[in-house]
Amino acid sequence: MTQIDRALSWLLGGRKPAASHLLLAPASLWLIFLLVIPAGGLIILSFAKNGPYGAIVWEFGLHNYARAFDPKYLPVLLRTLGFAGATTVLCLVLGYPLAYFLTFRAGRWRNALLVGLMVPFWSSCLVAYYSWMIVLGKEGLINTALLRAGFLSAPIGFLYTPFAILLGLVYFYLPFTVLPLYASLEKMPRSVVEAAYDLGAGRWTAFLKITLPLSLPGVVAGCVLTFIPCLGDFLTVEILGGPRYYLLGNLISNQFMMAQDWPFGSALTSLLLAGLVGGLWLYQRWEKA
Amino acid sequence: MATVSDDAALLEVGPLNKTFGTSTVLRDVSLTVRKGEFMTLLGPSGCGKTTTLRIIAGFETPDGGRVRLSGVDVTDTPAYERDVHTVFQHYALFPHLSVADNIAFGMRMDKVPENEIRRRVPEALSMVKLAGFEQRRIQSLSGGQMQRVALARAIAGRPAVLLLDEPLGALDLKLRKEMQLELKNLQRRLGLAFIYVTHDQEEAMTMSDRIAVFNHGRIEQVGTPGEIYEMPKTSFVADFIGGANIFSARVLPGAEGRAHLMLEDEHELDVPLDPYETLPEVGARVKIAIRPERVKVFYKDELPFGLIRFDAVLKDTVFLGDACQIYLQMFKKNPERLTLAWAGGDRYAVHDDMNVPVIAAVQPEDVYILEKDND
Repeated sequence: MTQIDRALSWLLGGRKPAASHLLLAPASLWLIFLLVIPAGGLIILSFAKNGPYGAIVWEFGLHNYARAFDPKYLPVLLRTLGFAGATTVLCLVLGYPLAYFLTFRAGRWRNALLVGLMVPFWSSCLVAYYSWMIVLGKEGLINTALLRAGFLSAPIGFLYTPFAILLGLVYFYLPFTVLPLYASLEKMPRSVVEAAYDLGAGRWTAFLKITLPLSLPGVVAGCVLTFIPCLGDFLTVEILGGPRYYLLGNLISNQFMMAQDWPFGSALTSLLLAGLVGGLWLYQRWEKA
Repeated sequence: MATVSDDAALLEVGPLNKTFGTSTVLRDVSLTVRKGEFMTLLGPSGCGKTTTLRIIAGFETPDGGRVRLSGVDVTDTPAYERDVHTVFQHYALFPHLSVADNIAFGMRMDKVPENEIRRRVPEALSMVKLAGFEQRRIQSLSGGQMQRVALARAIAGRPAVLLLDEPLGALDLKLRKEMQLELKNLQRRLGLAFIYVTHDQEEAMTMSDRIAVFNHGRIEQVGTPGEIYEMPKTSFVADFIGGANIFSARVLPGAEGRAHLMLEDEHELDVPLDPYETLPEVGARVKIAIRPERVKVFYKDELPFGLIRFDAVLKDTVFLGDACQIYLQMFKKNPERLTLAWAGGDRYAVHDDMNVPVIAAVQPEDVYILEKDND
């Protein structure tokens, strides 16, 4: 037993509670400084008032929340839910066959394809979205190619449309859907599907009765992991969508960046946070049931 | 003529060939299974027994050879249209369905009416001694219970042949022994043909009507447990089933119906041949096998008449509880180990002094002549 082993077993043995706290310390500090304190500050700020030129007036009240429920923001909320929902559905429709292929058909190409799937994930989405602009723009690749080939007489405005927003969102969030799906399909024993064939189920029946129900936890996890960050997304619309399609994320970022109304921005953020925590709580209750 | 179908082959397979990439897993494997027969495919891991089973089930396609079930060629029939069901090694139960729905699955696929299913599910459960388990969740079952549900699921649809892929492999020894006898009983009661894959020779001996011994993708021998044990054809079979001392011998000119052989140290043997047995030409080398439990050991020169005698040296004794294992060394020029098992041996009767000269003896008919030795 080396010194390190002894130190580790002492640390992990849990006999001295202080030791296990020591192991948790870095993560705890990280969370406290970067999550708990800012979020707490944000919540406090959400009850404050906005002064001239973005100054904060420390008079507490519910006025920011009252403002947040102003019906003029309803279209933004509905649009956000709509885009997040559509992205989740599209990701699922595109992602399930992809995850299925990766698990059962890709063979020795599987790892290469998985890496390929994650590359957009690793590159900054800013870079990715600007490259989409190059592809979709009026003088972009698609329009230029179609014009040159004579299929078009005038360029099509792909950019700043719901189509461009959905494309960007689906492009960026697809791995969030595919990876949990892949994980749930991958851990399913092949013999279970073989057993279904063996007992007389054709491919389609075996999929509907066995594979699909068994991958349901992966479907739900993938949808939750896609839907939730979609609700807070603002970069996609910022770059590919334009102001006509502002979503909740843009509304919030505008309060901080442009309107200099930090208390109102904080209130909106707190509401979004509350909605997400509530949603996750419901999801976990469902999962346990 | 009415009973012809009883003796006719229910399943005819072969000659199967199969390669995965560059490795050949099956070479000319042929097999016939009769109605109501318990056939075991026995062999070490990677010998091709499971691949053979998967070809019969329809999960693999052979490169060459056909599968005929009840006289119909089903080689190109997909698994879900074959009248065979499989009991998988790790049960492969459907975890999201109840015990009853697991068992009903196959019957629902076969469009059996629901009221008939409601009758047959409890029937199948009581056959595997799990009456009343219909509504239990799969996750709440023990390994042994899952195994029984898997069995009930496979027999409930009344297939022509039941395939079992090391179904007891994951159970502990005691439960495995119990299940072996239970499976054998169930098979007899149902009159159903079982094809059972295992690497456990004892399991094969306990349950089978016939055993096919696999080695390196070939069938080395097919026969009843008695035939396999008493008349092994190859050194692999002799060694894999029951264990054997295997030696190389040269064929000398001998009398009709007898084999005259010479071992190391100019040691000559004269053993009777079985009526159908043929011997390689004079001068060729053959392998011979002697079962450990057929060797007797004597400390003094008191050899009974008619036994083959080997001079040996006592090397080691191991007490196993129900038997003693004794290791002797024979031959002076190229020493070889002779293992002998003394059933019920009294450990105190075994000589304590090592390296003492002893006499080992066998009956001439207990020397098995095996394949030609090409080494």
